[in-house]
Amino acid sequence: MTVTTAEPPAALATAVALRHRRTPPQRVVLQGFLILTSLVWMAPILWAVYTSLRPYAETARLGYVSIGGIYNLDNFVNSWNGAELPKYFLNTLIIVVPAVILTLFLASMVAFAVSRYSWRLNLLLLMVFTAGNLLPQQVVITPLYRIYLLVLGIPEPLSDNGRLYDQYLGIMIIHIAFQLGFCTFVLSNYMKTIPRELNEAAVVDGAGVFRTYREIILPLCRPPLAALATLQFTWIYNDFFWALILMRTGDKLPITSALNNLKGQFFVDNNLIAAGSILVALPTLIVFFVLQKQFIRGLTLGSTKG
Amino acid sequence: MTASANRGLGEPAAPSGRRRFGFSRGAARRRFSLLTRRDKLVLGLMVGIPTFIHVFFIWLPTIASGVLSFTSWNGIGLDKIRFIGLKNYTDLFTGVYPPFWPAIQHNLIWLAVFTFVATPIGIFFAVLLDKEIRGTRIYQSALYLPVVLSLAIVGFIWQLIYSPDQGLINSLLGTAKTPDATDWLGDRSINLWMILIAAGWRHVGYIMVLYLAGLKSVDPNLKEAAAIDGATETQTFFRVVFPVLRPINLVVIVITVIESLRAFDLVFITNRGLNGLELLSVLVTNNIIGEASRIGFGSAIAMILLVVSVGPIIYYLTRSLRAEQA
Amino acid sequence: MAELRTPREPGDWTIARPPRRRTPARILVFAAAFMLIATACGGGATPSPTSQPTASQPGESVAPTDAGPLGEVTIGSNYSDQVPKDAFQAMMDYCAGEANVTPKINTVEHGAFQDSLNSYLQGTPDDVFTWFAGYRMRFFAAQGLSTPISDVWETAGANYSDAFKQASTGDDGEQYFIPMYNYPWVVIYRKSLFADNGYTIPTTWAEFKTLAADIQADALVPLAFADKDGWPAMGTFDILNMRQNGYQFHVDLMAGKEKWTDSRVKDVFNLWKELLPFTQPNALGRTWQEGAQSMINKEAAMYFLGTFAGEQAADPAVHDDLDFFPFPVLGNEWDSELAIDAPIDGLMLSKAPANPEAAKALLACVATGPAQLEFLASSPNNVAAAKDADTSSYSPFQKKMAEIIGNSKAIAQFLDRDTRPDFAGGNGMQAFLQNFLNDPDQDLDTFLGTIQSFYDSLPPQ
Repeated sequence: MTVTTAEPPAALATAVALRHRRTPPQRVVLQGFLILTSLVWMAPILWAVYTSLRPYAETARLGYVSIGGIYNLDNFVNSWNGAELPKYFLNTLIIVVPAVILTLFLASMVAFAVSRYSWRLNLLLLMVFTAGNLLPQQVVITPLYRIYLLVLGIPEPLSDNGRLYDQYLGIMIIHIAFQLGFCTFVLSNYMKTIPRELNEAAVVDGAGVFRTYREIILPLCRPPLAALATLQFTWIYNDFFWALILMRTGDKLPITSALNNLKGQFFVDNNLIAAGSILVALPTLIVFFVLQKQFIRGLTLGSTKG
Repeated sequence: MTASANRGLGEPAAPSGRRRFGFSRGAARRRFSLLTRRDKLVLGLMVGIPTFIHVFFIWLPTIASGVLSFTSWNGIGLDKIRFIGLKNYTDLFTGVYPPFWPAIQHNLIWLAVFTFVATPIGIFFAVLLDKEIRGTRIYQSALYLPVVLSLAIVGFIWQLIYSPDQGLINSLLGTAKTPDATDWLGDRSINLWMILIAAGWRHVGYIMVLYLAGLKSVDPNLKEAAAIDGATETQTFFRVVFPVLRPINLVVIVITVIESLRAFDLVFITNRGLNGLELLSVLVTNNIIGEASRIGFGSAIAMILLVVSVGPIIYYLTRSLRAEQA
Repeated sequence: MAELRTPREPGDWTIARPPRRRTPARILVFAAAFMLIATACGGGATPSPTSQPTASQPGESVAPTDAGPLGEVTIGSNYSDQVPKDAFQAMMDYCAGEANVTPKINTVEHGAFQDSLNSYLQGTPDDVFTWFAGYRMRFFAAQGLSTPISDVWETAGANYSDAFKQASTGDDGEQYFIPMYNYPWVVIYRKSLFADNGYTIPTTWAEFKTLAADIQADALVPLAFADKDGWPAMGTFDILNMRQNGYQFHVDLMAGKEKWTDSRVKDVFNLWKELLPFTQPNALGRTWQEGAQSMINKEAAMYFLGTFAGEQAADPAVHDDLDFFPFPVLGNEWDSELAIDAPIDGLMLSKAPANPEAAKALLACVATGPAQLEFLASSPNNVAAAKDADTSSYSPFQKKMAEIIGNSKAIAQFLDRDTRPDFAGGNGMQAFLQNFLNDPDQDLDTFLGTIQSFYDSLPPQ
């Protein structure tokens, strides 16, 4: 195992090698292939990082494919300040955090009822939720857009125009409604694996339905909830479509949707586009690297995407 | 096929689990009737509120889309809605609306590329990474990285590569800023394929991670037994592992189809779905937003999108949900 | 078949609970940190003066009296690019003092503004909003989404020519629109490039083509061209149609009174084909901004576009080097007409303004020359619409604009302002023209037949 990649202790390397008892050449080819593939796969992102570190004047002088000249963080500073990115980050946060919490709260309640009690409509409910989650967004959008315009009388702190249109609340709600399907599906699957006896014990203790949910089942669902929270954060953060249609005021757009507008106005060259893209991607990248396990578990728990 | 396929539902757990399930269902029904009135009310609210939100904001609009698809409406004033029967549909199918057939074609190409190229590559990588090799986590992360990016960001990142004057490819080819520069995203004979590379870049990682999770759940004894029988790795995969992974195969198929039908962001960001990048989802959007919307017409396109999506959705539901409740 | 479940870990909850407790907390910590960073930097990152439009300036300018006795007027603005955004801000600051109102500008990205105008006007629009004259204005007026301002016109009317009044009048004979400025679509070039290479201004089609061939021989692109966004090519169609078939045919075609299958329309596209060898290739992947840059950078010699192309010349010296001429005539009966696209931009009043009195005071101010000059001072790529605008302050660039518009006997707005919006948009003419540019050699009869049947499929109005 004389592959060039990592630096694990020699003992570990031999252990691995021993365990496989494979002929090294085959492994070397495989490792080589995987290294190459990984580099190719990362290339677009690495290229964006490289471009973002160079002032436009330098790339104009030397060409984009070149080495040397000045490297600095000016593009990041310029896009952060010039495009007022913090404002849009905050918009995203205002939408994402309550949306994730509420989605998980509501979905866990449905999952609890569906998985812990027998209803005649259990199956139907699950089907409705799961199918709803798989619908293309465009099937829903036209009437939704009208509903958002027509609903009146939402009180002030939730909506500054009394409607759902052009409001954080509106974006939040559609995310919740859509993502409920996926979360309910995953959570109900998980809850089914929790022994029924726990319910019975709770009943013996005189606990009501909500207490059983709150104090017994929910704490046991931490793993899927953590996984789903990670996943939902990323998905809602990454959504482009809903805000595109249901939000109008540019200053209220979440970051992912704002990016497209900003491109015309502030991100005039590729260097700035690269820096802006990386900044916007950063939160999801951080979540991915810090909570990778949760993220992947979330996906594979349900193995269906919203 | 068998419970042993999933390490998670290992041999001992499955039968006992099923028994437990059957038993507890009876028990639950009895207990359910023992619930107090208050408990029933609480349960009703716990299910009712989320269900209302979901149905009101997802299913009601879906049904309304169906109704609107038989109308003509410019979106101004509910009193202006006029029922025109099937005219929207006949206009679509008779080619009065030129982007329609290209959009269908592009959606099909998208589906074909995802199904026959991106998904198999993802499965291939999953199989490679399932072997116990050094650095597998790093490789996994590299391949998976694009999946955490929004499609909007994917669009921007690939524009850095494709743009005619400042892009990577043309710079490498030496054609940037010359009249020979290929406009990768503007030339309608190639731009769909360029977009598909970017979309596939993301899809491969997605499939890889799903399939890898499936592969990890395969009983290693199965593979070893096959190896002892003298099967090559390829044979083992196609004859032993692949059939055992039917549940995950199903998920992968459904995700591939649904993702292909939902494709929107990348194309909208590139050129709003004009000029060779027409897709059904973009046509819906273009018809319902804009100064003078054609709500009915856009809804008709949305309904076609729905009808196409319903097949895989039902297939998926019947296979996964019903089976589970049985 | 309970096995058809996706892989998961049923036993997890019992064994793995304690170590995983940390993770939701970690997510929250991350989220909180993220929020802190964003808000902390947000506080520091908003000093750019235009981002907080009116919070302070009117207060300053009207400091002696209480800020705007008539109260606040909200304005929905599509001026999202920096140059016109600053210009609009300057005009509103001026009117804040003149009309004693407190304008509050709500800027929305140009394209998004147009896309969402319909729902915006039905929802809770600002009191006043920026828009365009012509069919595009009349459409919203006819839908009852705008308040007539004929009373403002009674006083402001003296300040406008009949043509402007006409362009501001809805189907019901009331006025709905206050023009701020207009700008011609012309052939823009750099004087220094023409001088260095000895090019002369062409006035006829033949001269134009000869010049283009000469430029091509000098290894330059004769005509910059860009149509990524779908609408710039409409300008070329307009001018060719008006030159070939006259203004009246053009507006009748736009209004649906003439058919696209008419052989006269085919002539226009054939004429266009003569031009295509001289235009920049790959136009469908290029924005007009990039097209203008290539003319400004002397990669292309000429660019047929609205004079707003001048916005792209950030360097004043380069801007001074820009000049333009009207599109050449074809040598037919329409030569003397000198028809031109000169779109008018202005303001409208939404259907239920919160403060109609203040809004109308603001509109009355915008209808004056000094207010319009405030706009033009920051964006000298247009000419004022009001008669009392002091044109002595015009740059040569602006004087020429005024002259060309003045010489024209027939002024059109622009294709997407002269015809119904659902025909002009991305589903209609934008896509059709891109289709033509993509394959100019296609069968034109089929092509035009498709356009006509699309037009016919639109709902009656």
